[in-house]
Amino acid sequence: MEKKIIKTDLLVIGGGAAGCYAAVTARREDPELKVTVIEKAHIERSGCLAAGINAINAYLNPGETPESYLHYVKNDSYGLVRDDLVYSIGRGLNKVTREVEDWGLKILKDENGNYLKRSSRSIKIEGENFKEILAAKVERSGVQVLNKTAALNYIKKDGRICGAFALNIKEDKFYVIKAKAVICATGGAAGIYEPNNSGQAKHKMWYPPFNTGAGYAMGIRAGAEMTTFEMRFVALRVKDVIAPTGSFAFAGGQQVNEQGEEYLKKYSRITTAMRLYATVRENKEGRGPCYLDLGHLEAEKKEKLAQSLLGMCPGIVLKWEDSQSDLSELKVEIEGTEPYIVGGHCQSGYWIDLDRSTSLPGLFAAGDVAGGSPKKYVTGAFVEGEIAAKSAVKEIAELPQNFLNLNISELITNEYQRVKSVLDKPEGIEAVRLEEKLQQIMENYAGGRTQYYELEASKLKQARSKLKELKNESKMLKAESLRDFLAVQELLERIDVAEVLLEHLLYREETRWPAYQSRVDFSERKKEWRKFVNSRQNPASGEIEIIEREYKSLEEYAAFASRSQEDFYLEYNL
Amino acid sequence: MAIKIDQSICDGCPDYQEGRCERICPGNLIEKEGEKAEMKRPAECWDCAACVKACPRNAISLYLPEEVGGRGTKLKVQQNKKRSLWIFDREDGSRKVYKTG
Repeated sequence: MEKKIIKTDLLVIGGGAAGCYAAVTARREDPELKVTVIEKAHIERSGCLAAGINAINAYLNPGETPESYLHYVKNDSYGLVRDDLVYSIGRGLNKVTREVEDWGLKILKDENGNYLKRSSRSIKIEGENFKEILAAKVERSGVQVLNKTAALNYIKKDGRICGAFALNIKEDKFYVIKAKAVICATGGAAGIYEPNNSGQAKHKMWYPPFNTGAGYAMGIRAGAEMTTFEMRFVALRVKDVIAPTGSFAFAGGQQVNEQGEEYLKKYSRITTAMRLYATVRENKEGRGPCYLDLGHLEAEKKEKLAQSLLGMCPGIVLKWEDSQSDLSELKVEIEGTEPYIVGGHCQSGYWIDLDRSTSLPGLFAAGDVAGGSPKKYVTGAFVEGEIAAKSAVKEIAELPQNFLNLNISELITNEYQRVKSVLDKPEGIEAVRLEEKLQQIMENYAGGRTQYYELEASKLKQARSKLKELKNESKMLKAESLRDFLAVQELLERIDVAEVLLEHLLYREETRWPAYQSRVDFSERKKEWRKFVNSRQNPASGEIEIIEREYKSLEEYAAFASRSQEDFYLEYNL
Repeated sequence: MAIKIDQSICDGCPDYQEGRCERICPGNLIEKEGEKAEMKRPAECWDCAACVKACPRNAISLYLPEEVGGRGTKLKVQQNKKRSLWIFDREDGSRKVYKTG
């Protein structure tokens, strides 16, 4: 394993939607800047957009405003979001959409040339090649991309993040990347709970199974403040193939139970979480399984539905063609997925400021890894990537020329030895064995799918002690190749995320978000809990400290900010 | 496992150090062994079909694992800049083609 030290101005960790947009923005802001993206797989098809997507779900159609977007997101999240962050995303959604259209994304239009609306905040696209379009733009922008390079840990010197250690699994290289500023854009975390399917189909899941929480874990280890891990995201999906339900719902599908009853009608306030919770409850109380019923489907409509799903989730069309279903009466069974930790749908992630700086100097966050703003999806990740990049570029300009002349030889030796010791171990445990153990603990004691997502303190405490044992066992993990080491690293990431998740789940003594965070022992939503549960792991002791942060309205942020919100938006062109 | 690399068609991308499928797989699950690409971690496939689209010889197909009720139908994708052809070949020899783009 060769050691390679490189220097760059801005390091972007993760080449997905947020990372690509950040890198392109940084080079546009300062064409002299050296920008490096490290990507665990290959930038052309990595992250959430690997298979493509068929809609942009955060776009303000005529009649919608940043204020109405904030209102919707806040209401859907039961009153607790970071108003300032969500609103800033609302300001940028349409601009970034036009921008990626310029880069080559095909957005469907009506006869008047307007974007084809799917709902008030959603438009239809042909985005099978979305990721290739982003990657091509990154390349045209003169960004250095290191593919097959997984970030391991931040380089933290005198309290500041000054780069990262990384591993190129194909070239057998241990990278030391010194950077003046770092943007973390590694995505969320899957694989913490037992997946819906087993055996050879275990990765047939909604969120990318390769998003293992690397950025969360690096931040946790470095002592960054994290927020709202307890708001897990559970997607409502088509059973088996875990295909998205949005395409069906917007085609007019209704959620019905086994008796054909439209069970959502029993509830007065229908949020994203409630569509799921109601389905879980129908199943639990013996009225399941549940379906999305599209009724009679004409041949042309069926063909169009299949075509739009091919560029996002080809598996469901494969299922139809495999079973030769004629689809004239289309009724698909739906279920909840495993719980994910993901800041783009819910709001688990780094506690950040409006400028997307984290609590660690030198480190910014964007996309699924950044907390406080649910329902930002792909375009919201772009907006955050743009803001983070502009902030990082500004900060870099203020640093002294010789900033990267750091003496970090001891840090390098320690991290290199950590990797080497796992590779040199003659005997030990393989990652996959402990992965199953982790998932079993979380599934059974921390509200997995088979437990109807229900949480209670006694079980969570058991999970805590079992996880401690697992962490001890993880010292025995071995790897024979760098690719195997990556599997070990990914498991350690998920264990670190699970530990923090448990503390958050235990701390919030109410039920704020149905199914996402349903406490059996505290089943009511309480006014006094309209506040953020944050945490910080003490890097020296490993103890996780909980920090409460109050909820503030947009007006309050404006009143107390050091500079006016309007100045910020002017400066950031939002 | 949800992809199949037809070893009689795969030529291991002789012009490249890395096979095109090996390069593109978002899970780093495929590796070139000698002159052929091999799916090394079949249970970890996400079924995104990136490799199916990237293979210059169309040697890779996507299918449903038995665990989710698969019956053997294989999907291949032929792409150029303007359109994609999604070709479903069933076990009984019948075929369905979708065109997008």
